[in-house]
Amino acid sequence: MTKNLRVKIGKTIDETYRISFKFNGSTYYGFKGDTLASALLANNIHLVGRSFKYHRPRGIMTAGSEEPNAIVQLHDNSSRTEPNVRATEIEIYEDLEASSQNCWPSVNFDVGGINNILSPLLPAGFYYKTFMWPASFWEKYEYFIRRSAGLGKSPTKPDPDIYEHEYIHCDVLIIGAGISGIIAAKIAAKKGLKTLLVDEKPNLGGSTIYQNSDHFKINNQNSGSWLEKEINEIKKLKNLEIRTRTSVAAYHGYNFLLARENLTDHLPIDQRKDKTRHKLLKIRANKVITATGSIERPMIFDNNDRPGILLSSAIKKYADYFGVACGEKNILFTNNDSAYETAISLIQKGINIEAIIDNREEINSKLIYEVEKSNIKVFKGFTIVNTNGYKRINKVSLMKLSKDGQKVIGSKINLSCDCLGISGGWTPAVHLFTQSGGKLKFREKDQVFIPNKYSSDQISIGSCNGDLTLEDIIKNTPKYLREFLNLKKTDYDNTEVFSSENQSKRNIWLLPSDKILGKTKSFVDYQNDATAKDIKLALREGFRSIEHVKRYTTTGMGTDQGKLGNMHALGIISETAGAKMGELGTTTFRPPYTPLTFGTIVGRNVGEYFDAFRKTPIHDWHVDNKADFENVGQWKRAWYYPKDNEDMNQAVQRESKAARESAGILDASTLGKIDIQGTDASEFLNRVYTNAWSKLAIGKCRYGLMLNEDGMVYDDGVTTRLGENHYIMTTTTGGAANVMGKLEDYLQTEWPELDVYLTSVTDHYATVSVCGPNSKKIISKVIPNLDLTDENFPHMSFKNVNIGKINCRVMRISFTGEHSYEINVQANYGKSVWEKCMQAGKDYNITPYGTEAMHLLRAEKGFIIVGQDTDATMTPIDLQMNWIVSKKKYDFIGKRSLYRSDTSREDRKQLVGLLTDNPDEVLEEGAQIVANVNKSPIEMLGHVTSSYYSPNLKKSIALGVVKGGKNMMGQKLIIPMEKKNINVTVSDPVFLDKENKRLNA
Amino acid sequence: MFIIKCPFCGEREQSEFKAGGEAHIIRPKQPTELSDDQWAEYLFMRKNIKGIQFERWNHVHGCRKWFNVVRDTSNDEIKAVYKMGEKPPVQ
Ligand SMILES: [Zn+2]
Repeated sequence: MTKNLRVKIGKTIDETYRISFKFNGSTYYGFKGDTLASALLANNIHLVGRSFKYHRPRGIMTAGSEEPNAIVQLHDNSSRTEPNVRATEIEIYEDLEASSQNCWPSVNFDVGGINNILSPLLPAGFYYKTFMWPASFWEKYEYFIRRSAGLGKSPTKPDPDIYEHEYIHCDVLIIGAGISGIIAAKIAAKKGLKTLLVDEKPNLGGSTIYQNSDHFKINNQNSGSWLEKEINEIKKLKNLEIRTRTSVAAYHGYNFLLARENLTDHLPIDQRKDKTRHKLLKIRANKVITATGSIERPMIFDNNDRPGILLSSAIKKYADYFGVACGEKNILFTNNDSAYETAISLIQKGINIEAIIDNREEINSKLIYEVEKSNIKVFKGFTIVNTNGYKRINKVSLMKLSKDGQKVIGSKINLSCDCLGISGGWTPAVHLFTQSGGKLKFREKDQVFIPNKYSSDQISIGSCNGDLTLEDIIKNTPKYLREFLNLKKTDYDNTEVFSSENQSKRNIWLLPSDKILGKTKSFVDYQNDATAKDIKLALREGFRSIEHVKRYTTTGMGTDQGKLGNMHALGIISETAGAKMGELGTTTFRPPYTPLTFGTIVGRNVGEYFDAFRKTPIHDWHVDNKADFENVGQWKRAWYYPKDNEDMNQAVQRESKAARESAGILDASTLGKIDIQGTDASEFLNRVYTNAWSKLAIGKCRYGLMLNEDGMVYDDGVTTRLGENHYIMTTTTGGAANVMGKLEDYLQTEWPELDVYLTSVTDHYATVSVCGPNSKKIISKVIPNLDLTDENFPHMSFKNVNIGKINCRVMRISFTGEHSYEINVQANYGKSVWEKCMQAGKDYNITPYGTEAMHLLRAEKGFIIVGQDTDATMTPIDLQMNWIVSKKKYDFIGKRSLYRSDTSREDRKQLVGLLTDNPDEVLEEGAQIVANVNKSPIEMLGHVTSSYYSPNLKKSIALGVVKGGKNMMGQKLIIPMEKKNINVTVSDPVFLDKENKRLNA
Repeated sequence: MFIIKCPFCGEREQSEFKAGGEAHIIRPKQPTELSDDQWAEYLFMRKNIKGIQFERWNHVHGCRKWFNVVRDTSNDEIKAVYKMGEKPPVQ
């Protein structure tokens, strides 16, 4: 069945290099240099997909990144599978496998095609309206809609490829290597500026490079040959770096741009191993020159979406560049001169043209005479009113346009064809310009938006700036560059240009038809199946803002972001609403210009490199002793140390018991440590903590609670006075960096008069905490020369001592309620001190315990964990910690907020203990707490914040926050769970050793 | 991603900095003497201007200094940068 439509080998095709590839399961052949689209067209395949909503058959429409229809899935069911790849961009390689998307079971027989027949039921806003239908309807149809809608399939296996990020700084970035970009690159690089030229295509030269016609000449050579020489010249410039297959995705403020450089997608899969697939370039340029060209406009008429209908410029490119005829019976339909360039190219190659249909009545152009000389019939002042052919166009119907272009007149003429090229003029590609914050203006003459106000040091040149003819480009580009780069002259100032093109154009946004609009399907957005009728419906339903019409009709919301049809949507809106185009504005173009894979965005930050992780100096010991770790911020903390076949619960129970019965040892190195010095250090602590610090003696420790200015608990920890003007503060593990930042903020901005210096020393010290009734005996072995009597070294005090030659700070402080010591040593001695303690504790069954047992032990004592038992809504009063709030101090951070009407309410959520009626029942953390389950709606009183089975008390214990809980002591409450209600009694949050006898045991 | 000229280090990428909200909100010297409304005014009320805004920024991954920035929030253009305690340059 397949034909070979290769007419003449194009410039970039290597006919000695044949490549086989698979499309929808069948094998085809193409040549090196082909895109998937050009290779399919050479095999006479147009039908490549189905549309999103109506599942209409769709074919290849363009030859570039603006393609709305020909998007395919590559290598389905493999780890390299990728959806939404534009067939017009992917270069073929041996064993490429592509399949159509959006159709089920196949592109030739698609069940969803019924939507086409049902289309009166699927108007604009269909999906929004569906959600408003009865819920029962949605449930029924959800499966069907999900199955038949959606674009492609995500990969389900890990991505095997490597991606990288690269930072680039340059003087000038030029986006687009068409004729104007090449001119700019030469001028900038020759001026000595570090210049980067990028283009999304594999080759330089844009659309001029395949221009081979006597109608377009530069310095008396045809424009394509002239440009080729220029390209060869710029390749030798040493200030110029060129990156092809590089597409700029985003243009941010301050000339910061993101681009994707594609390095391996064109290679056979077996050649990609160990190579970087994509690079995300993060470019900071002093100056940016945008030369992104323009995109040809389609025409909006009934059934303008059939396979075999392409942009006229795409037909030209397939012929000139790839040597492929898109059809054997071609018809061109235009409102401007561009289609005649296509015609001349096709004539040159012997490709048959049936007719040209031109909206314009009277035209005077050399190009047209040339075409007419070849006996090609030109229908002047005509428009297409309909097309036929389900899976491939086979007929067009045309009628004469009325003088005002609002109606069709006369009788219908039918012409048969297998390919239709449409040319509605050109739209400057201003996407990146607007992304950067630039403002557009509307040019009435040819109905285009062009750059007006720039937001940074940049210019747009060439056709993206509205210079749509070769003449304008050659005339204006050197002029703009002289100004932009501050030059007296350039190499191109006296370039001669000759062009036959006539600039006249007859712009009709929505072409008239012999049918009423309601009976037509004139597609504006091909990918999202938005028609002219939908846009008019949206306006009738009251939508006025272009942004609203866009969302309601989904125009411009596909992966192509409406690169083809957005202008027509605007045009139809302005005509219908009677507004002027320039006043309507455009929708916002958002990054990325073309889609990026997640792999490109994350680069090397995958797997173990996803985030940095911090290890304590004792980490290796924990690993050697089979600890399981938990993440606390970026830290890896030993969570518990399972022995034999213990599960987590068994290990935690054993560790907790051992710590209270004999001795436990904990790696507390992750606690934040801030060294505070200066003559105002005491005053500073007075201001940042709720309690008083001036009277703390040297060598003593004190627990402190830090609030936010809104009165809510922010952090806590023990601070030790090392000297007259010297303190060491500890913070929570997770809060360390924030506390440091907050303290610096106050010092620099509110209290610059204070003589205080802060240094983060978290990583400088390792902290080994030994607790339990035998801890004193163990420490006396480790530090024999330290007098451990309560008189010399009482609870909440500090000693500076040596272990051998190692200096250490020992604090007698406790987070478990046990007699306890914390040894702080220079980080690199941490592991040896830990091992010394383990050795000394051997006879006392010293047991390493992890963070889970630590949490359990402190919960038995009712000690809070900031961030677990508190959130940003708990004051110290809510926590029943009134004792730590100084009444005497005039001020501290958050003090005033504790007297706000809201914070002094009695019915705030307050921290309480909870005891289950069944002592073996352990509550779930986060569970709701209620008083009455029979009254609906059930009033939520609070929730469980911490819950454990206490091996030392042999019962379940929990902390929770309950509305008015302070005054509910002894009261019964209920924890409603999915399958049962659990009865609890409100208790004191301190469950064990209320008298603190164990601290000095 | 804009570029901020830290008054201590010079021009650096935005990613090195942390935004700290509206500038020139002075913590009251005698909070206890304020009414709830006055305290709430200090605590909660912040402007959110489209246009010229005075902001605090911190060179958190650099010198860690706080300073003030005058920024046009409509286009991120930075009009001025000045140290803490200095008077804002005339608009
Ligand atoms: Zn700095």
